[in-house]
Amino acid sequence: MTSRDSDGLAGLPLQEVRSAALERARALGCSHAEVRVERIRSQFVALRDGRVETTVDDTEIGVGLHVVREGSIGFAATVELNAEAAARLADDAVNLAAQTSAALGTRVEMAEEPSHGEVRWSSPYEVDPTAVPLADKVALLEDWSRRLMASDRVDHVAARVLAVVEDKHYADLSGTVTTQRRVRIYPVVEAVAVDAESGSFESMRTIAPPVGRGWEYTSGRGWDWDAELDTIPSLLAEKVASPTVEAGTYDLVIDPSNLWLTIHESVGHATELDRALGYEAAYAGTSFATFDKLGTLRYGSPVMHVVGDRTTPHGLASVGYDDEGVESQSFDIVRDGVLVGYQLDRRMAAENGFARSNGCAFADSPLHVPIQRMANVSLQPAPGDGPSTEELLSGVDRGIYVVGDKSWSIDMQRYNFQFTGQRFYKVEHGRLAGQCKDVAYQAQTTEFWGSLEAVGGRATYVLGGAFNCGKGQPGQVAPVSHGCPSGLFRGIRVLNTRAEASR
Amino acid sequence: MSPGHRHLPPSPEDRHLPPPQEVVERALAASRADGCAVIVEEVSQAEVRFANNTTTTNGVRRNRRVAVVSFRALAGADAGADADAGGPGSGTGRRRGGAAGAGPSAVGVASGSGEVDIEALVRASEAEAGGAGPAEDAFAPVEPGPGAGSMGSTAFDEPSVPTSPAALAGVIAGLGDAFGRARAAGNRLAGFATHGIETVYLGTSAGLRLRHAQPAGTMELVARSADGSRSVWAGAGTSTFEDIDLHAFEQRLERRLAWAGRRVELPAGRYEVLLPPDATADLMVAMSEAMSGRDAEEGRSPFSSPGGGTKIGEPLCALPFELRGDPGEPGLEAAPFLVTAASGTDVSVFDNGLSVGPTSWIEGGRLRRLRYHRAAAAHSGVDPSPPVGNLTLALPGATAALDDMIAGTERALLLTCLWYIREVDPVTLLLTGLTRDGVYLVEHGEVVGAVNNFRFNESPLDVLARAVEAGRSERALSREWGEWMNRTAMPPLRVADFNMSSVSPAT
Repeated sequence: MTSRDSDGLAGLPLQEVRSAALERARALGCSHAEVRVERIRSQFVALRDGRVETTVDDTEIGVGLHVVREGSIGFAATVELNAEAAARLADDAVNLAAQTSAALGTRVEMAEEPSHGEVRWSSPYEVDPTAVPLADKVALLEDWSRRLMASDRVDHVAARVLAVVEDKHYADLSGTVTTQRRVRIYPVVEAVAVDAESGSFESMRTIAPPVGRGWEYTSGRGWDWDAELDTIPSLLAEKVASPTVEAGTYDLVIDPSNLWLTIHESVGHATELDRALGYEAAYAGTSFATFDKLGTLRYGSPVMHVVGDRTTPHGLASVGYDDEGVESQSFDIVRDGVLVGYQLDRRMAAENGFARSNGCAFADSPLHVPIQRMANVSLQPAPGDGPSTEELLSGVDRGIYVVGDKSWSIDMQRYNFQFTGQRFYKVEHGRLAGQCKDVAYQAQTTEFWGSLEAVGGRATYVLGGAFNCGKGQPGQVAPVSHGCPSGLFRGIRVLNTRAEASR
Repeated sequence: MSPGHRHLPPSPEDRHLPPPQEVVERALAASRADGCAVIVEEVSQAEVRFANNTTTTNGVRRNRRVAVVSFRALAGADAGADADAGGPGSGTGRRRGGAAGAGPSAVGVASGSGEVDIEALVRASEAEAGGAGPAEDAFAPVEPGPGAGSMGSTAFDEPSVPTSPAALAGVIAGLGDAFGRARAAGNRLAGFATHGIETVYLGTSAGLRLRHAQPAGTMELVARSADGSRSVWAGAGTSTFEDIDLHAFEQRLERRLAWAGRRVELPAGRYEVLLPPDATADLMVAMSEAMSGRDAEEGRSPFSSPGGGTKIGEPLCALPFELRGDPGEPGLEAAPFLVTAASGTDVSVFDNGLSVGPTSWIEGGRLRRLRYHRAAAAHSGVDPSPPVGNLTLALPGATAALDDMIAGTERALLLTCLWYIREVDPVTLLLTGLTRDGVYLVEHGEVVGAVNNFRFNESPLDVLARAVEAGRSERALSREWGEWMNRTAMPPLRVADFNMSSVSPAT
């Protein structure tokens, strides 16, 4: 294999391993079998006050085989890449499926998916970030750190970059064979100001999102780092000097840099069908958006339109074909404020009468079983030119403008959530009136989305996201993006976090 | 296979991977660096997962991870070039590279899994060390002897310890009947049983050859009524699964479902609460992760003292609690030496092989120690305190069990476990999260009904400070953090004025 998008798997015995695993699985009577050979390169560099604190340069290689035999599931995985070990995976997976079949309450079926033959896919990127020498990464982070530390308002700086190149070779019994590469990067810088006398401190972090891009992201492709770094010291100083918020009810204008995470928690996870049906009851939780409410649940106001997709360029969940061989798609989840769709894998689709999965199966490692994971779940902007963030603010008499994500927590059925942020601005008579601090907003999901009066236009839309969405046991970590415009929410409960902590 | 026969099979003879000891020796022999540490982890895991009264995802896996750490000694001028790189923002602008016992050094780490190209991995780590400046955590290598891990070369020669689905055979065999009973009662069971053993081999150019086999198992069971209105949880950490009785788990849950026969709606507010050991673990593990000595010295920690310095020596709580880690803690045995493939704020790759012993973080209710790697400890004039692979909170002399504390309660909320815990304010260590799978109202010594769930906003430091009673410590499983901190022993706590910030309608 010579093309750039498959270099990561060069030299691995892909054909030999996949054939041995699938042939043995077929011979053992499996109705479904899929095998993944993966190579995941992860690099992490962290500087503390301009000095290297942590470096990681890891290459994970392995093979996992997922089978369905007589309606029972088995999964086996190893780091040994040869035909003998691959065939043994089939034996191990089938044995486990047989061993647990007595406790099988529901036979597992997989929704139909046509064979896609042999296909290749790569996410768009220019420079492989894992090919950039460590010294260059350190130099960039040193430069960023120095620029912040040059301010006398900054006492400490943390600068980090995490980069991943995920090469995945997949094959199943239907004849689909995919070879895919996904590249992603997350640089982040945080400044801290310490008031040693009072024993207090504050921080301000970049709001640049993690993205499905290469090293070019650090030099201005997709984000203006210079502009953001220039503002951090003064934003931090203003935050330190700002008044503490008065707890109460406020109208909120929420910036995409904060709203993406609220969408992730209150819409993304709530509309995973396995959760809604109780399959995550012991760990991630269930959902208030139960399956019987499909098509009728009033999720939010009529301006709420949420789409799930695995196709958005630079989206962290974007891919050509999922980990069950399903071609990636785009689908409505909430339209005109009503629940109209769920995220599916082939098992959930077959169990619940869907003709086809919408392609949300993912395993974070060759050693983990694919489960339903989140698509890029995005709130659509207002049609046409739509309002700007300033226009949204102009409609607020007494409110808070929330920028950047920080702390997050939501309950196990996705009703009650609480979020903080990087910075908060008072809004008085339609205008920003300086920062305030110690803000957390707390709401119930459908009340919150029901209070969505307006969304911003396309010009306010930003693709945010995270590398570290958790689900499943053993725990799996998935990257996912969420696009959204600014949003205007009426009458939201705001807490003062210092008051919450006082006895 | 009967649960009584858990003699695990030896490593398959037909594996193509070279033995882990050979990987260590070959990597050390290939090293051209001034110093080298090689870590090989052999991982063997098996799990059964179930929900809606059926098994869902069951798996077995074998993993091998290899990490090579290369050290490069730096000449004086080379090391000095970076001395002021910290600039005005670097606190005291101190250099850690010149700590006692260490010349300045650069370090590089490369890691991989499976059948790694050892030569390539060694060269990659050396290339990283070659391009790196002086490491601030540089310190002299750990020499064999009293300061190093206590396991000898004999243990190093032993093979890795595998697990298999056989370790879970008792649970697997019982699941079908458990599902049947749940169906008959109108309930749905969900849960997870996993057993794994990680055997780690550490070899260094200073002559250390250490091995540790760490078993870790978890059993979790949730029972929900079919309409989702009642939900209860029980969990446990275990080394062998020989102490796990699925039927006993079911009975614990049946008791709690019965408690939920009467439903009581209560508003947000401050309540006296009884935290079972599992819920105490949820809070204490989060607190222990914030115990960084350097963060505290730099004024950016809840353990920083106003006016400067740390709170070491200061009282944190009225009750004379002890918070400790101890590799020899019975039932919670953990590695007696440090192994790490990545440096962090309080952990250093230079400290690989460092002996890890009994460590009191809090003693007599006073803060005794914070985490420090050797270089930071030398700089600050304290003893190094590497993290320990278990955590115990104990109130000396406490004997009460949770049921005794329930019996002695006038009015309080009895919790089960906490969930989705996140830091809200690092200054106070204010955490938010939810109660989950069981909140009960206790009145006049008896549980009188199940209460709605709440979102809490609380600091574990305040929880310790407001604890008015503690029972005897027992093995506990943090539901929130148990996957990576499996080994904890905690007491039940009675805490006054626990801040339930809002009601959660979730069950």
